Amino acid sequence: MPDAILVVVEQREGKLNRVSWETIAAGQAIAAATGWTLDAAIVGENGSALAAEVAAKKVTKVYAVESPKLEPYTPDAFAAALKQLIAAKQPKLVLMPHTYQVRDFVPKLATAMGRTVISDCIGFKHENGNLLFTRQMFQGKLAADVSFASEAPWFATFQNGAFRGDQAEAGASAAPIETVKVEITDGVIRNKPQDVFKEAKQAVDLTQAEIIVSVGRGIKEQKNIEMAKQLAEALGGELAASRPICDNGWLPMDRQIGSSGQTVAPKLYLALGISGAIQHIVGMKGARTIIAVNKDSEAPIFEIADYAIVGNLFDIVPPLTEEVKKAKAGS
Amino acid sequence: MPSANCQLLIYTDKFAARNSYVRSNVLKILVCMKQVPQKDAPLKLNDAATWIREDVSYEVNEPDAFALEEALRQREKHTGEVVVITSGPARSQQVLREALAKGADRAIHLEDNAFVGLDAFNTAKAFAAAIKDEKFDLIFTGLQSDDYGYAQTGVILAELLGWPHATIIMHIEKNETGIRVKRELEAGFFQYVDMPLPAVLTIQSGINKLRYATLIGIKQAKNKPIRKIALAEVQSAIGENLQKIERLYVPEKTKKTVHIDGTPAEIAKKLVDKLRNELRVL
Ligand SMILES: Cc1cc2nc3c(=O)[nH]c(=O)nc-3n(C[C@H](O)[C@H](O)[C@H](O)COP(=O)(O)OP(=O)(O)OC[C@H]3O[C@@H](n4cnc5c(N)ncnc54)[C@H](O)[C@@H]3O)c2cc1C
Ligand SMILES: Nc1ncnc2c1ncn2[C@@H]1O[C@H](COP(=O)(O)O)[C@@H](O)[C@H]1O
Repeated sequence: MPDAILVVVEQREGKLNRVSWETIAAGQAIAAATGWTLDAAIVGENGSALAAEVAAKKVTKVYAVESPKLEPYTPDAFAAALKQLIAAKQPKLVLMPHTYQVRDFVPKLATAMGRTVISDCIGFKHENGNLLFTRQMFQGKLAADVSFASEAPWFATFQNGAFRGDQAEAGASAAPIETVKVEITDGVIRNKPQDVFKEAKQAVDLTQAEIIVSVGRGIKEQKNIEMAKQLAEALGGELAASRPICDNGWLPMDRQIGSSGQTVAPKLYLALGISGAIQHIVGMKGARTIIAVNKDSEAPIFEIADYAIVGNLFDIVPPLTEEVKKAKAGS
Repeated sequence: MPSANCQLLIYTDKFAARNSYVRSNVLKILVCMKQVPQKDAPLKLNDAATWIREDVSYEVNEPDAFALEEALRQREKHTGEVVVITSGPARSQQVLREALAKGADRAIHLEDNAFVGLDAFNTAKAFAAAIKDEKFDLIFTGLQSDDYGYAQTGVILAELLGWPHATIIMHIEKNETGIRVKRELEAGFFQYVDMPLPAVLTIQSGINKLRYATLIGIKQAKNKPIRKIALAEVQSAIGENLQKIERLYVPEKTKKTVHIDGTPAEIAKKLVDKLRNELRVL
């Protein structure tokens, strides 16, 4: 039997999480490079219904891993269920999206099997028969190609946006679905999760904004926010921020952009003193045009910026605001 | 709680064999704190291009500072002990010194250059070996490190110890049966989770407001114990790394970025011209 790749997709409230398609696309690309086969698994009660959606893609088989104990999500139950599936099916490589849920249980799963996870990968390389996974290090300033130095099963997770979900290939015909009932004994699950909730009603909906001026830690002090606010007002846009600014209480949480905040896609995103950590980038990379002002020419934000201004934001912003006002007054 | 009562509880904690963790109100907390290159330190590759050149400035991994703060606050509420642990070369002692100055009671330093190169599995194994004779109620780690960014060490440690864990924690409340924690989920969602002790929690930045070390704190820190553990003492507990960095490099740029240069006034003019005539947002 050829080696197999197993992609574990993620569901949330009865729907497949969008990044699941990205991981399937990643699995298909690795399968094409290595000649390995590709299977998928969906974990959770009533996975069978969603399994059909996955089975329409180019995969060999879809496993619907079921137990009443998988609802609601707990790391104990998910690790136990997947350990049973992996022990039975023996894939060589197990792929998952690097979601908050996956990072909550996959290190436990791999450790329980005496294995390792190459986490948060942005790509892979297949060189002379060796499979390498590329991941960011040092907050995105450097990248590393990483290999497995252990026996299979190998575990790897892919960063949000690393592959294009819409490029997940459809299959010629629907793949077979196998329901796998797992046994999770009493006492395995120790955590008791309560219902998922949102903190407060969002006061601003940044998703509708056409222009966003976003400030990061480069703004230094709370009183300097005013300067960015004036630029935002001159441009007729909204003010937003990176996480540390909201953590400090300098701007309300509902103006935070990123994986734990809002995801926006304005016409213009102006990043002032933001380094460009991936957790911020996932929230704004869909912007049509990104302008970044940063004093560090190596800041990762410049990798995704359309226009780069290397310099001190305190020098740049005030004349820019004036120039915008002039242009508006003249038009 | 009256202070006489606290004394009694500490006494119980120290001298009775504790098999029930929730019996006392005292919390004994271990905080894993890592030293990482400073956020804006310019990084250079070593000759083999497998790691950075180590002659840069270092600081405490950001979420680990929040983890320490949370441990200190829990101790202030419930009494108990806060112990900090790090693994790394001599320079990383600075992290422990700062933690002791802020109020941690004692520290453990797994001291060797080789610890820098360990994967998360081995780092967690080294920690488990270092604390095998201790009885903690809680272990805090940061949710991820700024250098490796594995986001794994805490969860692996929990599994090695056989303890439950919860990740990306924004609030911790002790109760009758254990703790209730608030987990951060994606896109602004949260969730409370009840769990028994002992447990491992990975702490998110912003869970609290950090304190500064006081002058008295810095003085007192000089007399607080740092237990040093050599690599040899934990060597038998760790093995070969399970993953290997083949090469480290500056990432290839994928987008064509246009640089706008000049004096601030010139930049402002050029930018407004683009906003108006190319992007048409003005
Ligand atoms: C699970 C998880 C979830 C997260 N969720 C989010 C999220 O939703 N949103 C988010 O933003 N982050 C999030 N983060 C945090 C993220 O990893 C980064 O720590 C954060 O985005 C950094 O914010 P920053 O760029 O403002 O600060 P820093 O990284 O400190 O960058 C500041 C930048 O300002 C520049 N600068 C300094 N002074 C000046 C000046 N005078 N002029 C110009 N430039 C200057 C510096 O060169 C630097 O690049 C999350 C992290 C984790 C682990
Ligand atoms: N060498 C180390 N010394 C102390 N703590 C560490 C070390 N490595 C990892 N940790 C802890 O584990 C957390 C997660 O790290 P990582 O798994 O590398 O992302 C960090 O925030 C630290 O709390």
